[in-house]
Amino acid sequence: MSEFSALSAYLPLALCIGFYLLGIWLKKKLHNDLCNPLLISILLCMAFLALTGMDYEVFAAGAKPLSTLLTPATICLALPLYRQWHYLQKHTGAILCAAAAGVLTSLGCVLVLSALFGLEHNVYVTLLPKSITTAIGMGLAEELGGIVTITVAVIVVTGILGNLFATTLCRWFGITHPVAKGLAIGTSAHAVGTAKAMELGEVEGAISSLAIVIAGLLTVVGASVFAQFV
Amino acid sequence: MKYIKQFFIILAFSLAGELTHYLVPLPVPASIYGLVYLVIALKSGRLACQSIEGAGDFLVEIMPLMFVPAGVGLMASWGALRSVLVPVCVITAVSTVLVFAVTGKLAQWLLTRSEVKSHE
Repeated sequence: MSEFSALSAYLPLALCIGFYLLGIWLKKKLHNDLCNPLLISILLCMAFLALTGMDYEVFAAGAKPLSTLLTPATICLALPLYRQWHYLQKHTGAILCAAAAGVLTSLGCVLVLSALFGLEHNVYVTLLPKSITTAIGMGLAEELGGIVTITVAVIVVTGILGNLFATTLCRWFGITHPVAKGLAIGTSAHAVGTAKAMELGEVEGAISSLAIVIAGLLTVVGASVFAQFV
Repeated sequence: MKYIKQFFIILAFSLAGELTHYLVPLPVPASIYGLVYLVIALKSGRLACQSIEGAGDFLVEIMPLMFVPAGVGLMASWGALRSVLVPVCVITAVSTVLVFAVTGKLAQWLLTRSEVKSHE
């Protein structure tokens, strides 16, 4: 059996999609935000790997078609963006201000907490790009001399947190305007959060995908400055 | 047939993004260039929404699924993460909530203010 799992070309893909479907089914059954299909699929795949001793490299190679589609899918976020263009035009100032404030908060927060924990420079710069999309974050961490594998891990966890708690956080902080929701989600939790924003509504999704772009670019500039501080 | 054509157009934009990423020495990923190109093409009217909509909306819908392999990859970086686990967890959780709150609250305030103004 373990020999089969090491050889099968389709098992990893089937696991990802099968566990994801199970997550969708559970979410429908239980009506609970914590039953997030993405989280359930990740955890069950991890459990499967741990139990069967399947190599992560083998799993990653088999699940590659999914990762390959990520760039085309991100590009297609242009569609909701195009359809909701009038929102952008109407609220340009507010969108730019809020995204810039979010990026500064992210960088400032990492700076203060890193100083408190007495983290070394290379760990500090590893964490700076934590709120932005993996593709920009990885490049940035590498450029600043951080530990790229940790950056990826932190970015993914940040995204999942945002995806899981977006609705709860909106309720806590009284964020009701769809544009404000989209901005908060996209700026704090990049593309993984945006997947949740798309579920909330097309305006939220479009603004959230715009926020990924703005926050990503602002972070590239901001992090280079903040990297000098610790 | 329709979907093949749509998917091909989307791939062409991915390719253009990749090429830009290769040529421009900035840590901006190919997907962001492609996204910007596609918005420009749609806004300028050179590309009709209908010519990519079916395949495009499908890709956006299944996007969360594409993050599963990266999430499982956390297992692989466990070794590097273990020694700084506590500070990294605290920083991740605190800053995510703070960024969410600051961005959302500020946007909410700016938007409602401008909407009240435009009603006056």
